[in-house]
Amino acid sequence: MSDGHGSMRIPTVPEARVDFAVIADLVPAGVKLLDVGCGDGALLEYLAASKGVDGRGVELSQKGVNDAVARGLPVIQGDADTDLVTYPDGAFDYVVLSQTLQATNHPRKVLEQMLRIGRRAVVSIPNFGHWRIRWQFFVWGRMPVTEDLPYSWYDTPNIHFCTLRDFVELTREIDVEIEKAVALDAAGRKLSFNAPWWIWNLFGEQAVFVLKRRG
Amino acid sequence: MASFETVPILAGAPATHHRQADEPTSPVARFDADRPLALDAGVMLAPWQIAYQTYGTLNAAKSNAVLVCHALTGDQHVANEHPVTGKPGWWELVVGPGKAIDTDRFFVICANVLGGCMGTTGPASLNPATGRAWGLDLPVITVADMVRSQVALIDHLGIPDLFLVAGGSMGGMQVLQWASAHPDRVFAAVPIATSACHSAQNIAFYEVGRQAVMADPDWREGRYLDFGTAPKKGLAVARMAAHITYMSEVSLHQKFGRKLQNRETLGFGFDGDFQIESYLRHQGASFVDRFDANSYLYVSRAMDYFDLASDHDGVLANAFKGTKTRFCVMSFTTDWAFPTRDSRAIVHALAAAGAPVSFAEIVTDRGHDAFLLDEPEMHAILTGFIDSAARARGI
Repeated sequence: MSDGHGSMRIPTVPEARVDFAVIADLVPAGVKLLDVGCGDGALLEYLAASKGVDGRGVELSQKGVNDAVARGLPVIQGDADTDLVTYPDGAFDYVVLSQTLQATNHPRKVLEQMLRIGRRAVVSIPNFGHWRIRWQFFVWGRMPVTEDLPYSWYDTPNIHFCTLRDFVELTREIDVEIEKAVALDAAGRKLSFNAPWWIWNLFGEQAVFVLKRRG
Repeated sequence: MASFETVPILAGAPATHHRQADEPTSPVARFDADRPLALDAGVMLAPWQIAYQTYGTLNAAKSNAVLVCHALTGDQHVANEHPVTGKPGWWELVVGPGKAIDTDRFFVICANVLGGCMGTTGPASLNPATGRAWGLDLPVITVADMVRSQVALIDHLGIPDLFLVAGGSMGGMQVLQWASAHPDRVFAAVPIATSACHSAQNIAFYEVGRQAVMADPDWREGRYLDFGTAPKKGLAVARMAAHITYMSEVSLHQKFGRKLQNRETLGFGFDGDFQIESYLRHQGASFVDRFDANSYLYVSRAMDYFDLASDHDGVLANAFKGTKTRFCVMSFTTDWAFPTRDSRAIVHALAAAGAPVSFAEIVTDRGHDAFLLDEPEMHAILTGFIDSAARARGI
């Protein structure tokens, strides 16, 4: 957008959202981008200021929409599960789903819709295969509750957790190419790109994937 | 203004309509035969006039002008005491000093719509060709015609473009029409509780209202002003029927339920036992004191005819192709006259056209009329949207 964003200071990233900087690294400057589940618009604002993206958002909560609109962002109150179908094919260069896939009713359909309306999809997910989660499950035999995933099983919005390996498997099933992938450990450090998948799946607390339609 | 303070006492006399229709308590822009208004009906309307109110000051750059568009039964008195009823302006919760549409920052214009009865040319206005009120000789008016008249007003005021166009219900239709027809003259647009086309259900309710007006013997084939009468009963019924659609079932239940009006037991008659009956009768009775019956026919017809997509090969997104205007669309959960799906259709079309569009569905139990009421979430999002748009515009 040709509004005041160009001259804005780059907003500081909330400490808990180390994936913001990672996503910014993966998104080229000036692209048209849709952030699905954009919350209060912090990522969109960050991407507009740091990369000059023409950003749009979809958000379910009234509070999130109000806050994002007050930031000057175009945000539509809606649901990833039902509203992505209304966008035309190829409407965006990039469609971002940041830490939201696990909260959708139909993750596979959401992913397919993202790759229909965007040339590329950027998906960041928490890794349910992280060793701490495995440890809790193994030792206590209970659904894991961690600092980053603080909900009890009965009130969590996260109804479709997966491990990094599960996610990679899904991308194969729907025949999309993983163009890039970055895994972050608990301290938010990038894991070595050359590390094998099992290392990522054990030590990656979250990962960011850039997906592309084949053909 | 002072000379009109006695008007509420006289309210209801046909002379009041004549007075507000031709010599309103508002500034008027008059356009004579060399500046006709081209109507969708294929008629060049001349002479014609448009009555308007303004609030605040136009800045040196002329970049802070806001146009507020009123709904079916509204008028230009958006933020001042109404000259006929003495009531506060219809959107004083939104328009005023320190409000979302801040009159300390913006130059706010609100004009009576074409076909109205508060000073803009309408069926109650004097037709200079006959020396009588226009009545049904006035061509049918459309929402696009209303916007054409507003464009002429904005030109007349020397304003190059509008920072914001905002309105609810039929006001929202005008906002959409403005944004579609004049994208370069609208920086930001706020259509609230509206639709890109009037639904069959809404046409049906308005047809009931129009038939009620025309069935009133005092309507006299539309020439009642010549006879010094007014179809007050018919118009009151029209208002009562329409008013039901502006509320929600749950708000009617909460507000009135089956409560009785000034009585302990059922009256076994038709005197209006129930509070809801009394309320609707009051709504109808107070409406006819300030509104012209033929105006109701014309303005409701304009809403019926509104179908933005049909003017663009049936594809609503084409109405907004290439627009740079930023939009904030809002709907209300319990609005069944202009339900959320109508707003979503607008939002999807705007998104498909690549427009920067925000949308919020406000949770409320007050139905369609919520846009006129104290709805904190609506006011919060309005304020956020307008403030950020003003920053982007450098106001």
